[in-house]
Amino acid sequence: MSTIPKGPRPKHLTVGRVGLYCFIIMCALFFLMPLYVMIITSLKDMDEIRAANILNLPKELSFYAWPKAWSQACTGFVCEGLKPGFVNSVKITVPSVIVSVALSALNGYALAFWRFRGAYFFFGLCMFGAFIPYQVMVYPLLKIEDFLGIYSSLPGIILVHTIFGMPILTLIFRNFYASLPIDLFKAARIDGGNFIKIFFYVIIPMSTPITIVAVILQVTGIWNDFLLGLVFAGRDNQPMTVQLNNIVQVDYGVAEYNVDMSATILTSLVPLFVYFISGRWFVRGIAAGAIKG
Amino acid sequence: MSMKNSVEVKNISFSYGKTEILNDLSLDIKEGEFMVLLGPSGCGKTTLLNCIAGLLDLTDGQIWIEDDNVTWKEPKDRHIGMVFQSYALYPSMTVEKNLSFGLRMMGTAKDLINEKIKKAANLLQINELLKRKPSQLSGGQRQRVAIGRALVRDAKVFLFDEPLSNLDAKLRAELRYEIKKLHRDLSNTMIYVTHDQIEAMTLADRISVMKDGLIQQLDTPKQIYNKPANLFVAGFIGSPSMNFLKAKFDKSSQNIIVGKKQIDISKYENINNLMNDQEVVFGIRPENINIEKNENSIQCKVELVEPMGADTLVWTSVEGNPISIRLEGSSNFNLNDEINISFDINKSSIFDSKSEERI
Repeated sequence: MSTIPKGPRPKHLTVGRVGLYCFIIMCALFFLMPLYVMIITSLKDMDEIRAANILNLPKELSFYAWPKAWSQACTGFVCEGLKPGFVNSVKITVPSVIVSVALSALNGYALAFWRFRGAYFFFGLCMFGAFIPYQVMVYPLLKIEDFLGIYSSLPGIILVHTIFGMPILTLIFRNFYASLPIDLFKAARIDGGNFIKIFFYVIIPMSTPITIVAVILQVTGIWNDFLLGLVFAGRDNQPMTVQLNNIVQVDYGVAEYNVDMSATILTSLVPLFVYFISGRWFVRGIAAGAIKG
Repeated sequence: MSMKNSVEVKNISFSYGKTEILNDLSLDIKEGEFMVLLGPSGCGKTTLLNCIAGLLDLTDGQIWIEDDNVTWKEPKDRHIGMVFQSYALYPSMTVEKNLSFGLRMMGTAKDLINEKIKKAANLLQINELLKRKPSQLSGGQRQRVAIGRALVRDAKVFLFDEPLSNLDAKLRAELRYEIKKLHRDLSNTMIYVTHDQIEAMTLADRISVMKDGLIQQLDTPKQIYNKPANLFVAGFIGSPSMNFLKAKFDKSSQNIIVGKKQIDISKYENINNLMNDQEVVFGIRPENINIEKNENSIQCKVELVEPMGADTLVWTSVEGNPISIRLEGSSNFNLNDEINISFDINKSSIFDSKSEERI
């Protein structure tokens, strides 16, 4: 007869396990190193920074770099810190995310359920659109916006973000909707729904998970954007990333590394915040966005 | 059941790209009739149902419901209600909202909606569930709600797309009974798609057996079971299925010859249609074989016994062809017992082996 197992499950701390943990810890340290340097540098004063002990903890904590980065640092000719950039980024991100996600959801729904003639062609077109590097489109789009009279304005940059967001978001929504049972849609059609009614009453209430994913993708993507903001937003609407660049790239005077570091951390706070409150969804977003390459 | 047609399918064709699913198919369904579309998967029965519902656009032909050409009408304007295999309840809505969705879309008055929901809920015994979400219901309860959703719409024609296939055997029998009762009480026209022959036999006024997009036989369950039009129908209906023996007809003796054995079929109803030396397939249902010794019986050995409670299935073989015999549950046979079997020729079917049609 075999013995009946008793007591707690035996622990298996093998050599392989130990090696694995060592590797993971090393990786974590490696990737956390820049963040560590950024944080401690932002808390040093310039004299200590010049002493060039980059990894040493600050002898004396000095917080003056943070408020300076936020409201006093010079970005070109004005010295109001990142604050206006933050406001601009919010003004750009919020409408861009709402418009692009809403339109993409509608597109994805149409592509998945109303298999109109040429739906597959359109789907292929979206796929193609998602793969085009947008640098290629910058100049033509600039000319178009100039023609429309919205170049260098808030609506101009919102339009650009919406356009560039839509192919990939449409794909994500389409794929999500294609995974829903088609019978639901059939039942809704028999129950008297038309194109818009079915979308609002049946499809949208089921779209929460994919909408969260789409919003995360768009918020981080648009917030982190530099190139489009620089080209299309115009001087008055420059997003935080562009202002950050202006702070860091000084042509005269002293490079204040502590201010640079705190400004950089401030700029990345929003994506970081989004990441921490929605880690689970964030990973899904990355997986969904993975087809982007 | 009146003689008026409720649904008329007129010469319809349907193809997905180049794959033709239905070709020039016609079918009339009488008012109040329970029509079952039966066939193996891929036979086009669900496609036909979806065409009637208006969920698929025809390539050719017309569909009439209640003397109205609905060929190009939206599903919502066809006076139909549909029940799906996957239940297709709206997951974000409560049972009550699920039931009322169609009425709300039509802009029905609130108290009328409540009245109709109450009636349907009573009929289906889902009063207790009205405030729940579909995810909090069992499969059987979900399907009741789905039936209720079709009910509240006052549909003239009910369409069922394999509604019981996702349920376990016990629930399936229960709900089958309820659907039959529902039809008895409401006497609406119902079109029911299934691959389950028991459902078809028990529910249908008429069954339309389909294969490869063609209707093989359209008749009452009794006729289909007793006088299958061809080999396919004969083999598809009945479990265990009909026994088949390849044979040759000998006109002078009125016997069919199976290998070395001879079977007298002079009592077969259409014997005059048989020609000498004609190659045929002799079909006989397991319950139409008797164990008795007479001048026409064949001796064979018991090869397997399957007791099923109500009846017992005995397997043997004639000239290498496996034969199943359905006997009373109390009958007692052992392996290798010698038995003499005789066929009830009145109840047999004989098919031409080339055309596979019943003679």
